[in-house]
Amino acid sequence: MSDITVSSTTITPVVNGEARSLSAGSTMGDLLRTLALDPQLVVVEHNRTILRDRAQYDALRLATGDTIEIVHFVGGG
Amino acid sequence: MTTLLSPARPAEALDTPFIIAGREFRSRLLVGTGKYASNDAMIHAIDASGAEVVTVAVRRVNLDRTREEGILYHLDPSRFFLLANTAGCYAADDAVRYARLARAAGFNEWVKLEVIGDQETLLPDTAGLLEATRTLAAEGFKVMAYSNDDLVTALRLEDAGAVAVMPLASPIGSGLGLLNEFSIRTIKHRLSVPVIVDAGVGTASDACLTMEQGVDGILMNTALAAASDPVRMATAMRSAVDAGRLAYLAGRMPRREVAVPSSPMEGLLE
Repeated sequence: MSDITVSSTTITPVVNGEARSLSAGSTMGDLLRTLALDPQLVVVEHNRTILRDRAQYDALRLATGDTIEIVHFVGGG
Repeated sequence: MTTLLSPARPAEALDTPFIIAGREFRSRLLVGTGKYASNDAMIHAIDASGAEVVTVAVRRVNLDRTREEGILYHLDPSRFFLLANTAGCYAADDAVRYARLARAAGFNEWVKLEVIGDQETLLPDTAGLLEATRTLAAEGFKVMAYSNDDLVTALRLEDAGAVAVMPLASPIGSGLGLLNEFSIRTIKHRLSVPVIVDAGVGTASDACLTMEQGVDGILMNTALAAASDPVRMATAMRSAVDAGRLAYLAGRMPRREVAVPSSPMEGLLE
């Protein structure tokens, strides 16, 4: 069996329902920066666990198969 | 009499404080932020309404950024009390998840809880609503529960830990006005927690009539957002809520089936 070379360089977590390619070793903080999202204006759920402490974003390494939901407030009644 | 010489007092000076779960709010009119033609129209209408509590929904961020829909880009959270809703949830578990996400945004632990049971009428799922209320109240949430106008449901929600019960005037977005004055009056009469009518108000007379039932407040969205001129309607609603509230506090005259003259019967000419 050969090494799975693709997965050693990229990961594909599912973000808001869509698989996204990120370089291996990326953190939640990296993902938000890639998406140009202000961490203060969004809430992040990682594998159904809400990340209540924004300070932990840069310590959280992502992996293929992770499910991430990034939500915010929109107009509603 | 000195009262004849005193200037007219503003409505709030004649009212009692509006308190939910120990927190005093300055306006009995609560407004939503959805369905406006533009963000500017929304901001101007909310300002005209005088509302302090504004509701918001929790949704996925559009990662393609084809449009900037985050409401905090437009609405200054320091000027308003943000009340997140769980609109769009059809199960207690979903509503609890949305409420937890909203709390993690870091503004407050309040939620306008919706658990919907029917797509066509958007009427609440009573069993799911009670379950979610219990779960969230146990987690320290201040739950304001969107309910149908049923007394027993309202009583159960209060028992489940809701800090306010929000019976509908008529279905969400319908603009049909207050369909059952008796139900709303009965709910208000029997509950200890505040009763805030949520949904169905269409125009100012609906808001006034609703407040005349003695309820503590009204939450509306579409009546403002879908008016041809939201600022004028918001101004009208603000006056209507004040008028209805003061009329309730004033105590209306008895209804009579016969006329009673307002002018003296004595002193008429022969």
